[in-house]
Amino acid sequence: MKLTLKIWRQKNRNEKGVFVKYPMNDVDPEMSMLECLDVLNESLILRGEVPVAFEHDCREGICGSCGFVINGVAHGPERGTTACQLSMRHFKDGDELTLEPWRAKAFPLVKDLVVNRRALDHIIEAGGYVSVSTGQAPEGNTLPVGKEIADQSMDAAACIGCGACVAACPNASAALFTGAKITHLGVLPQGEPERERRALSMVAQMNAEAFGNCTSIGECTGVCPKEIPLEVIANMNRDYVCASFKRREDLPTPVAPVLQHT
Amino acid sequence: MKLDARIPSGPIQEAWAKACFDMKLVNPANKRKHSVIVVGSGLAGGAAAASLGELGYNVKCFCFQDSPRRAHSIAAQGGINAAKNYPNDGESVFRLFYDTVKGGDFRAREANVYRLAQISGKIIDQCVAQGVPFAREYGGSLANRSFGGAQVSRTFYARGQTGQQLLLGAYQALERQVHAGSVTMIPRTEMLDLIVVDGQARGIVTRSLITGEFNVHIADAVILASGGYSNVYYLSTNAKGSNVTASWRAYKRGALFANPCFTQIHPTCIPVSGDYQSKLTLMSESLRNDGRIWVPKKKGDPRPPNEIPEEERDYYLERRYPSFGNLVPRDVASRNAKAMCDEGYGVGKSGLGVYLDFSESIARLGEKTVRERYGNLFDMYQRITDENPYKTPMRIYPAIHYTMGGLWVDYQLQSNIPGLFVLGEANFSDHGANRLGASALMQGLSDGYFIIPYTVGNYLASNKFAKVDESNPAVQEAVTAVKTKIDKLLSIKGNRTVDSFHRELGKIVWDYCGMARTAEGLEVAIQKIRALRDEYWQNVTVPGSGDDLNESLEKAGRVADFFELAELMCIDALDRNESCGGHFREEYQTPDGEAQRDDERYSYVAAWGYNGPDAPPELIKEPLTFEYVHPSQRSYK
Repeated sequence: MKLTLKIWRQKNRNEKGVFVKYPMNDVDPEMSMLECLDVLNESLILRGEVPVAFEHDCREGICGSCGFVINGVAHGPERGTTACQLSMRHFKDGDELTLEPWRAKAFPLVKDLVVNRRALDHIIEAGGYVSVSTGQAPEGNTLPVGKEIADQSMDAAACIGCGACVAACPNASAALFTGAKITHLGVLPQGEPERERRALSMVAQMNAEAFGNCTSIGECTGVCPKEIPLEVIANMNRDYVCASFKRREDLPTPVAPVLQHT
Repeated sequence: MKLDARIPSGPIQEAWAKACFDMKLVNPANKRKHSVIVVGSGLAGGAAAASLGELGYNVKCFCFQDSPRRAHSIAAQGGINAAKNYPNDGESVFRLFYDTVKGGDFRAREANVYRLAQISGKIIDQCVAQGVPFAREYGGSLANRSFGGAQVSRTFYARGQTGQQLLLGAYQALERQVHAGSVTMIPRTEMLDLIVVDGQARGIVTRSLITGEFNVHIADAVILASGGYSNVYYLSTNAKGSNVTASWRAYKRGALFANPCFTQIHPTCIPVSGDYQSKLTLMSESLRNDGRIWVPKKKGDPRPPNEIPEEERDYYLERRYPSFGNLVPRDVASRNAKAMCDEGYGVGKSGLGVYLDFSESIARLGEKTVRERYGNLFDMYQRITDENPYKTPMRIYPAIHYTMGGLWVDYQLQSNIPGLFVLGEANFSDHGANRLGASALMQGLSDGYFIIPYTVGNYLASNKFAKVDESNPAVQEAVTAVKTKIDKLLSIKGNRTVDSFHRELGKIVWDYCGMARTAEGLEVAIQKIRALRDEYWQNVTVPGSGDDLNESLEKAGRVADFFELAELMCIDALDRNESCGGHFREEYQTPDGEAQRDDERYSYVAAWGYNGPDAPPELIKEPLTFEYVHPSQRSYK
């Protein structure tokens, strides 16, 4: 089938970006979105042009590397699907697809469809873990965890850190991402001792980066390829509020946000 | 050169404890004075960097992705083995050890495998403590399942995303150390050379993938945990970025590369659908627990699967291997699928596929239970193929997905270059000629959490480190070599893209050094690889420049290394005149088509040494002895 790809091209942060249209004459409906870009790039290279930069790695929807906005929707029109697993059969002959990078202040642009998502690592660095060093663990079955709790934790832990939630949010908030980690660890007995400290530190870092605030719009969960439920944000807010009351003397210091480095 | 694997003497059960006691310790106050480089942030690298950081070493960790959480360990689906014997079904350290040595077709080192089985239980404990949400029973205890090639239920899992959850556990431990200041994380950076000074590994040369800047990093020890080389086949289940470059550059600096021809073909992948295809997608082997594999009894049967009556289906694994059935090890399952397709029984458009059918399980367990166990895999299958596996059988075909070969290491996971340690899939040590399902995650974490913290400490405490800086001739030489190669690749400006060469190379390796190999075919392959490599250096085109994000340039360097590796794989496969595990030489098979080992002549690790671009590599043999598991013809009947 025939398609037109209208792609955001920008050499780097300091130069202006533009949309460029690329007609594609021979798109196989079995292709994935990224394979379609591969085909385009092969032809661009042979014509002596610079190929479109886009992030990708596992192409199985689990590493979280890929992602761009397709016709206004992060990762495209299919629910629960990353761009790498989006099959071209969902589009019609003659369609025009607009591809643009995640647009959020906290994700500075690198090139074309590639952005810098280190701010998400910073949020984890602030406290998205259980402080247990190698060798300190008790026997695995010492602490029973009910199946429902384990399942709830796993639902939140499924987050792949792609950043689609931020890109889709009108406020560019990272609440779904942060809430997912707070929920994953917070509902487990292993995560309980640091639950309040974790919420305070992670939220402080989220606020230090250039993410906006959550106003409960819900676009994030709508585009999330792992369909992380909105309730993780409620969990985050609850833990944060409880912790704020109890631990006023123990305020965490965030690390320097990504924007200060770039 | 004679290889010393440094295996402790005495009973195998005591070996690791003895080795640990004999190791020298670094005084806690001195640990921060030692710097350690870790290349790779997957299960092995991430776990190593985190654990060494916790001990107080000064660690720098590198990955080529934008975040350490993206390492390809994340894509492992099925599970992780451990000798916990929670199900009370006869599991023990010795049984896990026995199964792994046997599963590897007696080409692994006994002492290493025994240690792996001993450590396996502690890995589960550590991951549970980190908050890895393993599957649980209603009573709150950890759930187990059986996995390909095993008759006990020793596999722990987190839905079909075990690798993701274990990696996030290691990544979080790593980020905790980044916060503590003991680990510096350097993402989007590729290691392009190893710096060896006075015979010691003392650092690496890197290139930033964002700015193209070259940097030198000096340290007291270098740990490679850079994964496997399945992408030499172009189409594999590995992530697109997975590559052999870090290992290969170390090989060219003198590290030995062991058993390069031992590659594993995974039996349950989604078949290839077209020429544009960029990678293959694996469906977890756990599907074989509840799915039944079959082909029509009639060659080229055009009927859709649901219209083929039960008596006209050939459940060939159940027929040929009654005691293991659909759970035979990967090499056996893959070879049988290929054989059925080669004989004309294959299904799907290309004829390269067999059915994996869940109708019986769905009838027995109900769709809800099957969805709970495999929901995400079924969804993934449907997303890619547009077919509903709850209603119609999946089509699967084998694909390359893991490489048992890798840099040679001794019992302490040190290569033959002092100070260069190799962990996880990048080393060769624990899986022999075939890896059992759910063992890769176990090995990566065992190496990273529980072995390297001891052995690196021993190395640092036993050696002196002269001051090295960028003006050192060895450093200068390495930097110049790296820059020259990048400039060369950019200057060729030929007529073919890097991918087109990579695809053609992959096809050669798959056809001649894939699931079945012959002496004649391997000779042909070596000639073809050399010819194509010559063309590559004359006719490849790399667009853009070296001073910004340029994926074509990254790929060009990696493919150049794959060319050289491919040739070594064929040389190794040609040298090994026997069939074992994933290495199936058609000339050497039993009358009923099983792999025929030759223990008298080939019970060794083939470690290859680099001799320069024009000389053949040197083969150094490490003999394998088996005192605890006696080599036998593997039988899964």
